[in-house]
Amino acid sequence: MSGTSSYVPKSALGRWFESRLPIMGLVHSSFVAYPVPRNISYLWAFGAILSFMLIAQIVTGIVLAMHYVPSAALAFASIEHIMRDVNYGWLIRYLHTNGASMFFLAVYIHMFRGLYYGSYKAPREVLWILGVIIYVLMTAAAFMGYVLPWGSMSFAGATVITNLFTAIPLVGGSVSHWLWGGYAVGDPTLNRFFSLHYLLPFMIVGVVGLHVWALHVTGQNNPDGVEVKNVERDTVPFTPYATIKDFFALSVFLILYAWFVFYIPNYLLDADNSVMANPLVTPAHIVPEWYLLPFYAILRAIPNKLVGVLALGAAIALLAFIPWLDTSPVKSAKYRPLFRFFFWVFVVCCIGLGYLGSQEVSDGTTLAARILAFGYFAFLIIVLPLLGLIEKTKPMPASIADAVLAKKGEASAPSVAS
Amino acid sequence: MIRLKTSFFVPAALALLVVSGSIALAQDEAEQPKPARQSWSFSGMFGTFDQAQLQRGFQVYKEVCSNCHRLSIPFRALEEPGGPGFSLAQVQTLAASYQVVNDEPNEKGEVFKRPGAPSDIFPPPDAFPNDQAAAASFGKAPPDMALLAKARKYERGFPWFIFDALPFVQYQEVGADYIYAILTGYTKSDDTQWNLYYPGHRIAMPQPITDGAVAYKDGTPPTLDHYAKDMAAFLSWAADPTLDERKKIGLRVMIFLIVFSSLLYFTKKRIWSDLH
Repeated sequence: MSGTSSYVPKSALGRWFESRLPIMGLVHSSFVAYPVPRNISYLWAFGAILSFMLIAQIVTGIVLAMHYVPSAALAFASIEHIMRDVNYGWLIRYLHTNGASMFFLAVYIHMFRGLYYGSYKAPREVLWILGVIIYVLMTAAAFMGYVLPWGSMSFAGATVITNLFTAIPLVGGSVSHWLWGGYAVGDPTLNRFFSLHYLLPFMIVGVVGLHVWALHVTGQNNPDGVEVKNVERDTVPFTPYATIKDFFALSVFLILYAWFVFYIPNYLLDADNSVMANPLVTPAHIVPEWYLLPFYAILRAIPNKLVGVLALGAAIALLAFIPWLDTSPVKSAKYRPLFRFFFWVFVVCCIGLGYLGSQEVSDGTTLAARILAFGYFAFLIIVLPLLGLIEKTKPMPASIADAVLAKKGEASAPSVAS
Repeated sequence: MIRLKTSFFVPAALALLVVSGSIALAQDEAEQPKPARQSWSFSGMFGTFDQAQLQRGFQVYKEVCSNCHRLSIPFRALEEPGGPGFSLAQVQTLAASYQVVNDEPNEKGEVFKRPGAPSDIFPPPDAFPNDQAAAASFGKAPPDMALLAKARKYERGFPWFIFDALPFVQYQEVGADYIYAILTGYTKSDDTQWNLYYPGHRIAMPQPITDGAVAYKDGTPPTLDHYAKDMAAFLSWAADPTLDERKKIGLRVMIFLIVFSSLLYFTKKRIWSDLH
């Protein structure tokens, strides 16, 4: 689908360079000539939004690292130094902390979109798995970033998550000591988390490169889930069509981002993180950041620690197997009525788990979390395989162009009648 | 058939969440009232700090709170824009009235104190040079006040926490309301460590301030209600001194982004209009 680029530089210098390193041709074939299905919706703009957020996080993060001190004694004070004394330090930090939340918001929309339209199905299995790897790296980076301000909740979070490894039989204790660099979360832990928090984003950049590469081999999926048959009829060139659409979507997304940064910058930050970490004082109610709450609810729903940790791991790891768990040959939920119903049940389960993860544990919340956790896993390992066998799907359009024309026909039908 | 199920299930699931949430809420409410929402000059999209109120709040801090609580901000913050708006001369005089420990020892290697300068941080209270000393008298060290307004909150619960994030109804002053509630929550005259709003009601801090404790110079009535409000406002500023600047820049950013997005929208429409 990507094909060989027909790009020929206009200047003699450009041709000289292109015959030695064809990088302009690569850019041209990837971001200018690249054929985009003409029926994709704004939900397909989140790839561009995520690329922007990744760069924004790296740029603001590098500036923050210039002023931050990774030491248990000084980290908390250095954050206050950034907030109060560094020129526009408050802006850089609020962009970074809220940027993490915006990054996750965008990635969740991106993932649910992929799930809804079957973007993981052949030939896009590797593309999907690379996405799951990016997501796992993002959660690791976000978790370690949350530890760096060395607030009370940072410390509690680091303790809870690193303690999960103690559940591993035989070697769990040793693994935890190795992660901590001591016998509890402390200065060595903070130092290595800082180092890894700086490293992980660049690993994400690498996997994003592979993700985009894989995307450009198979081409984008689309709301109708029919593959491109005729490049002329079914697609439009990336530039200007997708470019301008992505820019507009990004600009609207930035309004939301700016709202958080300038008007409610502390809304998503826990008040307990404005108190410096003290190993002797644990917050009354330990909660992770919102984007990890569903997994936290699953962990707490299970009384046995080892089983809880395994369930937590499985909840994420199973995502990588979705291409094979889903047995239906039809991609888009548009033509799968039963799948569409269960998809929304799954979304409700995820949001419900997120809410329960933020609440204090009671018999009621534990029961509800168990029901919703069952729903989460049942969707992935029972519903997805079964639906492919029993579901009666709707007839699909023959091609993307037909789908677009059918939609236009519908819209213009009344005017034709009158 | 399927449509029917979708329309039944989603509201049912939401109702389940709301009911379980509100039962838990009602149980808490009986013993632990939530702080009431006050009106603040710095709330909302265009809210800014009230200079006179911050000056009164600082007076309350200096005359009452500072006996036990640290305030780890530099003196110079008091004359920076968006704050209480003291003059440089006032800040210099104020700083010089404190004795601060010099960063470096003198030539003889002795640690010594000197009069403060605007760049110095407010020194700890004389009575409590460190947290251990403070904990010895109250059982608990009085917290540093620099970040107190950010470090305190009360649970808003579902669905209010959603509205708190939305434009025009946003609510970001939970810390200020909590502080105001605590200062006015000593409602049992026979027990100075009983507080209506403190979780569990048993608070380590005995009632710190009552009517008439501080004489205001600007004619504001010397009542507990005013002290509590002025103090909460002052602490909100101390925790978030760039609020005014942040909202000012934010307005420009918002206007730019909205105009820019509309231009992009029409450009997009124009470009896509030639497709058929």
